[in-house]
Amino acid sequence: MAHYGMLIDLTMCAQCSACTVACQTLYDRPPDQSGVYLLTYETGTFPAVKRTTLPVQCMQCQNPPCVSVCPTGASYRDSATGTVQIDASRCIGCRYCIAACPYGARQYSSTTGVVTKCTFCIGRVADGLEPACVETCIGHARVFGDLDDPGSDVNRAAAERHAVALRSDLGTRPSVYYAS
Amino acid sequence: MADVTQREQSGDGYGDGDGNGNGNGNGNGYSHGDGYGHGDGHGDGDGGLRALAMRPVLRPGRWWAPTVGVLALIVAWGVAAWVVQYHRGLGSAGYNDHAFWAIYIADVVTFIGVSYGGAVVSAILRLTGAEWRAPLTRIAEGTAVVTVLIGGAFIFPHLGRPERILELIYRPNLSSPIFWDFVAVSTYAFASMVFFYLPLIPDLADAADRVTAAGRPRLGRLYRLVSWRWRATPAQRRILSGSVGLVAIMIIPLAVSVHSVLSWAFALTSRPWWHESIWAPYFVVAALYSGIALVIVIVALFRKLYGLQALIGERHFVRLGFILAPFGAAYLYLTLADFLPGGYVGDHGVAAVFSSVLVGRYAIGFWLFVVGGCIAPLLVIAIPRLRHTRQIVAAAVLVDLALWLKRMIMVVAPANYGRISGLFGSYHFTWISVSVTLAGVAAIPLLLLLLFRVVPILSVAEIEELAHAEQQVHIPSPAVIPAPTPVGVNTRRQPSDLLGRPATFDIAPETP
Repeated sequence: MAHYGMLIDLTMCAQCSACTVACQTLYDRPPDQSGVYLLTYETGTFPAVKRTTLPVQCMQCQNPPCVSVCPTGASYRDSATGTVQIDASRCIGCRYCIAACPYGARQYSSTTGVVTKCTFCIGRVADGLEPACVETCIGHARVFGDLDDPGSDVNRAAAERHAVALRSDLGTRPSVYYAS
Repeated sequence: MADVTQREQSGDGYGDGDGNGNGNGNGNGYSHGDGYGHGDGHGDGDGGLRALAMRPVLRPGRWWAPTVGVLALIVAWGVAAWVVQYHRGLGSAGYNDHAFWAIYIADVVTFIGVSYGGAVVSAILRLTGAEWRAPLTRIAEGTAVVTVLIGGAFIFPHLGRPERILELIYRPNLSSPIFWDFVAVSTYAFASMVFFYLPLIPDLADAADRVTAAGRPRLGRLYRLVSWRWRATPAQRRILSGSVGLVAIMIIPLAVSVHSVLSWAFALTSRPWWHESIWAPYFVVAALYSGIALVIVIVALFRKLYGLQALIGERHFVRLGFILAPFGAAYLYLTLADFLPGGYVGDHGVAAVFSSVLVGRYAIGFWLFVVGGCIAPLLVIAIPRLRHTRQIVAAAVLVDLALWLKRMIMVVAPANYGRISGLFGSYHFTWISVSVTLAGVAAIPLLLLLLFRVVPILSVAEIEELAHAEQQVHIPSPAVIPAPTPVGVNTRRQPSDLLGRPATFDIAPETP
C-alpha cells in the first residue's frame, strides 16, 4: 500500500512547459489537451510586473468529488496507490466529473467520447520509473514519492519548504502540494 | 327576453360544436337528444361532445398528414444531426473543456421542467375540484407524458458514449446525483403515463364501438383490450375515481422530487452559483412556471387545430394565466433572492460568475429573460385590457423561450468559469446542437398529434360527470331559470362556452 504524492516547487519552475509536452507525447494527447497545464499570471503594476506560473494537474485527492459524482463508477480511487483513476471502458462521457473537479484537471476527449486526466503515470511508477513530468522537468521543480513513507523525498521536501495544497478549503485533501 | 336570447345563444353554441364535429348537428338547441342535452340523460353516443373528442381519431382533417410529415422531417433532421455529432464528436456541437455542459443539459432541464405543468394543471385542479379543468385535462396530461419522454431523450446527445448508458443500471454508483436523476425521471415518467391512462379508461370503453362502426375495427379491439371491460358500474367508478385521486396526489410530490433531484445534480458540486441551497425550489418553481406556460400554448394550438372553441374559451386561458402569474412572480423573487446574497458578499468565484450574468457576457440573455420572460407576461395577465387569449398565449410562448435561455445561462456560465484560473471559456452554438434542440421542440406537437390520433382528445367521461353532477344540483330546465349575472372573469364568457349551457361551471355551487 502506498499513497503517491507530488511536490511542485514554484520557485524552481522555469515555465518551459516541458511537463505539458511530455504528457502529451507519452499519452498521445491533442495539442490543446494535456494532463498537466500551466496557468500563467501577471501580477503587480507596470513597471514592477512579475509573471508567475502555476502548473495544474489532477490533485489525486483523497476525498475526490469526481469519484463521488461519477454515475457508473468509472472514476475511482485506487487504494493500492492512493491515486484517482478512470476506467475508460465504463465512462459514459457525461462529464459530471469535470463539473465536480474544482481544479479543471479533467478533459473530455471529443474523439474517444470519454474523460481523461493525469494518471500520475501509474504504469511507469509500477515499473520503477518516475512520472513523465517529473523526469522531464529541467528545473527539478517536481518531487514524487510515497506520502505514507515518512522518510520519502517528497515528504521531507514538503516539510522543509512549507508546502501547501491548492484550495484545501474545499475538503478535497489533495496529494499534490505546492511550495513557493 | 333575456332568457330567450340566452337560450338561443346557447343553442347556437352547441350546434356549432356539433356541426364542426361530425356534421350531424342541426343547431336547434335543446331539442335534439344529444348526450349533452339537458335532463335527458347521457350515453347517446352521437353527441357533439363525443364527436368533438373523437374527431382527431376518426377524421382529423386534410391538414393532418402534411403537418405530421413536416414535423417528422424536422425531427428526422435533428436525429440525423445527432448521428453526425456521434461520428464527429461532441466538439461538433460546440462543446469543449470549459463548456462541458451546455445546450443539451439546458434542453433536458427545460423539457422535463415543462412536463410538470401538464401534471400539475391536471392534478391540482382535480384535487381542488376546479371543474373548469375538464376540457383541458387530457391535453395537459398528454403534454406531460410527451415532454418528459423528450426531455429524457436529450440525455443521449449529451453523452459522449451513449451506447454505454446501461452501465447506469448494471453498475450504478449510488452516491452519484445522476443515478438518482435517472431514478426520479423514470419514476415520474411512468407515473405521468399512469396518470394519463387511468382517466382514459371510461372514454376508451365508450369509444370502442364507435371506432369499430367508423371502420377502425382494430382500434376498437385495442380500446376494448386496454379499457379492461369498463362498464361504468358503481364499483368500477369508485375504484377508478379513487385511483385517479391517489395518482393525482402522488404525482405532485413526485414531480417536486424530480425537479429537486435535477437541481441537485448542479447544487452538489462546489461550483459558484451551482452550489446553492436555493436551486431545488428554484427548479421546482421554474418547472411549474414554464410548464403551465406550455399547457397554455398547447391548449391554444389544439383548440385551433381541432375546433374545440366551443369547449375551451377565453376564460380557460385567463384562468390558466391566473395560475401562471404567481409562479412568474415567485420565480422573479427567487431570482432576486438568488443573486442578492452572493452578489452582496462578493465571494471570489460567485462575484465573477454573477457579474458575467448581470453585466457581462451573458447579460443580454439574462435581462431578456427578466423582461421578456417574467415582467412582460406578468403585465399581460395583470392588465385587464391585455388579458385576452391571444396575448396570454403570446406571453406563454415568451415564458418558455425565456426560461430555456435562463437555463442555458445557468448551465453555461458556472461551467465556463475556471475556478483556479478565474477565466471564462466560451460556448458557441453549431448547426448540430441547434438542429437537435429544434427537433425536440417539433417532437412535442408531433407526438401529441400522433397520440390524439389514437386516443380521444377530450376527457368525455369527466366532462359529462361534472356537467351531470351540476345539473342535478340546480338546473331543472335552462328555459325556466334566467341566466345568472356574469361576474369577474365570466364577463368575457362566450355564448358558446361549454357547449352553450347557460349556466357555466363558474357559478355552480359545490357538488355533493
